[in-house]
Amino acid sequence: MRAPAPAFAYSLNDETIAAAQAAIGGGLTHAFARAGEVQLHVTRDALIQALTALRDTPGLEYQQLMEIAGVDYPDRGVERFEVVYCLLSLTRNHRLHVHVRASEDTPVPSVTGLWPVAGWLEREVYDMYGVLFAGNQDLRRILTDYGFRGHPFRKDFPLSGFVEMRYSEEQKRVVYEPVKLAQDFRNFDFMSPWEGAEYVLPGDEKAKDAALPQAKGAQTPATATQVQNAGAAKTDAKAPAASSEPYAKTDAPSTAQTGAGKDDPDSKPKPADPDVVPGKGGQNQ
Amino acid sequence: MTDTLVEKDMPVDHQVDKTMAVDREVDPAVEKIIGATDASHPSEGDVAIQNYTINFGPQHPAAHGVLRLVMELDGEIIERIDPHVGLLHRGTEKLIEYKTYAQAIPYFDRLDYCSPMCMEHTFVLAIEKLLDLEVPLRAQYLRVLFAELTRISNHMLNLGSHVMDVGAMTPNLWLFEIREDCYGFFERASGARMHHNYMRPGGVHQDVPLKLLTDIADWLDTRLPRLFEDAISLVADNRIFKQRNVDIGTVSRDDAIAWGFSGPMIRAAGIPWDLRKSQPYDVYDRMDFDVPVGTRGDCYDRFMVRVEEVRQSARIMRQCLNEMPEGPIASLDRKVVPPKRAEMKQSMEALIHHFKLYTEGYHVPAGEVYVATESPKGEFGVYLVSDGSNKPYRCKIRPTAFSHLQAMDFMSRGHMLADTTAILGAMDIVFGECDR
Repeated sequence: MRAPAPAFAYSLNDETIAAAQAAIGGGLTHAFARAGEVQLHVTRDALIQALTALRDTPGLEYQQLMEIAGVDYPDRGVERFEVVYCLLSLTRNHRLHVHVRASEDTPVPSVTGLWPVAGWLEREVYDMYGVLFAGNQDLRRILTDYGFRGHPFRKDFPLSGFVEMRYSEEQKRVVYEPVKLAQDFRNFDFMSPWEGAEYVLPGDEKAKDAALPQAKGAQTPATATQVQNAGAAKTDAKAPAASSEPYAKTDAPSTAQTGAGKDDPDSKPKPADPDVVPGKGGQNQ
Repeated sequence: MTDTLVEKDMPVDHQVDKTMAVDREVDPAVEKIIGATDASHPSEGDVAIQNYTINFGPQHPAAHGVLRLVMELDGEIIERIDPHVGLLHRGTEKLIEYKTYAQAIPYFDRLDYCSPMCMEHTFVLAIEKLLDLEVPLRAQYLRVLFAELTRISNHMLNLGSHVMDVGAMTPNLWLFEIREDCYGFFERASGARMHHNYMRPGGVHQDVPLKLLTDIADWLDTRLPRLFEDAISLVADNRIFKQRNVDIGTVSRDDAIAWGFSGPMIRAAGIPWDLRKSQPYDVYDRMDFDVPVGTRGDCYDRFMVRVEEVRQSARIMRQCLNEMPEGPIASLDRKVVPPKRAEMKQSMEALIHHFKLYTEGYHVPAGEVYVATESPKGEFGVYLVSDGSNKPYRCKIRPTAFSHLQAMDFMSRGHMLADTTAILGAMDIVFGECDR
C-alpha cells in the first residue's frame, strides 16, 4: 500500500480470516480482504455468536467496538440495509469490519450485551435507517428532532427533507411547514460522456438519425413562409421531450405561459405577512 | 425549587434534640438568638426530599454547546443522567453523499470546529487509501505539523474551559492567547482562521512560506512554553482544582475498553493506546514522542494527560520543522490533484485536468474502508463506501464524543451535581462532531 493511511497490522489479514472462519463456522458467508481491510459477512442469526467469538477467542481478541455504520443499498431488494460493525483489537493492533444484512422489519440482534457502547450506536442506525435491533432496551431516536418522522439517511429520503421550521410571530412558537425552496437542488451529472453516460448531449440529437444519407452539398435555405409555418406548427404541438435530461427542466412551461417578466394583470398589493416585521424605512434599512 | 421539596412528618428521634437543647446551660442572649433561628426547632430544616428531575442545558455555559442532560437527582446526588444529543444535527453524512469528494472536505472542518485540520486529515487519508495514492514527503510533514498545531489549539480550548468550569478564570485567558496565535498560523497557511480546507487527497492545498515555519519555530521555543507553563502552574497543583477533579468520574481499564473510549480518555484510564504510535499514518512513524498515561482514570488524570500531550505535540512539531524536506506539496498524479494555475496558462493538458477535476472530480475505486486517526479528542474515524463514482456512496463519521458522552451516565452516578461540569469538561466534547 502506497497511501500513508494508518498502518495497523495488515500482515495479520490472512491469518485473521482463517481464524475467524474457524471460530465463527457456518454463520460466516463471505470473508475477504479488500483495500487492505478484512470484511466478514455473517448471517443475522449468527451475529451474536460471531461477535462473541471475535471478542473472546484467543488469537482474535477484538476488545473494542468502535463504530456501527448503517448503509442503504435500495438495489438489493428487501434486505436493503447493511449494518457494519467496526472492531478494533488493542492487543493485536488489528481492525476488521463485520457486515450483516437486514430489511425494514427483520430486527438485527442487539450487541449491547457484549459492548455497552453499542446502545447509542444502534440507536443512531435505527434513527437514520429504521433498522430495528432486538434486545436494545432503549431504542429511541437520538439525532433527529423530537417527533421526527421518517428515516433520513435512506437513499429514497430527499436531501431537503419534507418539513422546514421557523418561529411564528403570530403563534409565538416554532411552526413546521412543508419545504419551499426558491431553487431546486441541482444534482448535476458530471459523468464523462465517454464513460457510460446514458443521455444525449445537447446538439447530439440528430446523431442517431444520421443513418439516412443526406443530400450532398449545402441544404437549400427555407423560404420565409416555410419558416413561418414551421414556427406556428411548433408552438401548437407540445414541445418534444427534452433531449438533455440533466440540463433541461422537463415540463418547464414557456415564459408566455407563466407570464414571467410581465406584471400580473390582476395583481393586488401583497397581503401583510404577520411574520415579517416591517422596517422603519430610511437609507440604512 | 421549594415546590419539589416535600416535607414529611417530623421523625421521632428529632424530638430528643429539642429537649437536649433546653437542658444545656446557655447564655440568655444566645438563647434569644437561637429562638429566632431554626436552632430552636431543629427539625424544621430537615426535610425529606424525593428524587427530582432537572434539565441541564441545552443552553448552559458548561454544556460546551447544545447538550441537554436530563438528570435525576436525589438532593444533590446524581442518580441517573440521560444525555439528549442531536440538537446540532445537520445531516453532514447525507450532504456528503451528494457532493464530490473535493466538495465534501469543507464539511469536515465544521464537524469538530475546535480541531478542523484533524477532521480533514482523516477524510483525506480515507480517500487516499481507496485511491492508493502516494503523497510526497513534504506534504506528509506539513500535515503532521498542522495536525499537531491543531491538537495544541484544541487542548488550549479544552484545558481552559475545563478549568473555568470548575471555577478558575485566569488560566483560560492565558490559554486563549496561545489559541489565538495558533489561529494566526492557520490563517497564514490556509487563508482561513477556523475552517481551513487545507488538506487535500494527495497532499495539501498550498505550500507554506518559509517565514511562517520560522515563526512557528520561534513561537514553540518562546511564547508557547512561557504562556502554557504559566497557566498550568496556576492549576496543576492547586488545592481547589484537585479537590474538584481528583477521584471524580473514575473509569477503570475494563470500562474504558467496553465503552469504546479512545484518546486521552483511554490513556487516562492507564492504557497506553495512541493511534499515532500504534497505527502511524503520514510521517508519525518517524517522530519521537511519548504517550502519557494516567494512573487513576479520574478527571484530574484526563486533564494532566492533555497537558503532557501539548508538550509532546510541541516536540513533534519541532521535529517536523527540523526534518521537513523541500519538494512538491501534493501528488503529481494529475487525475486527482489539479495543476498549478501558472501551468494552466501554458498547457492545454493542465487546463483540461483543472476543468475536469473541478466539475466532475475524480472517480474513486469501489471499496469500503474504515480509517481512524488520533484526533485531539480521541479516535475519529471515517467509514467510507465508494461505488466507483465521483461521489461517496456512504460516508459514516465516527465521532469521539458518542462513546464518551454515553458513558456520562455511569461516570456521574453517585457524584454531586457540581461534578457534572468537571466530568463533562474533562471529556472534551464538541457538538459539531457529536451531532454531525
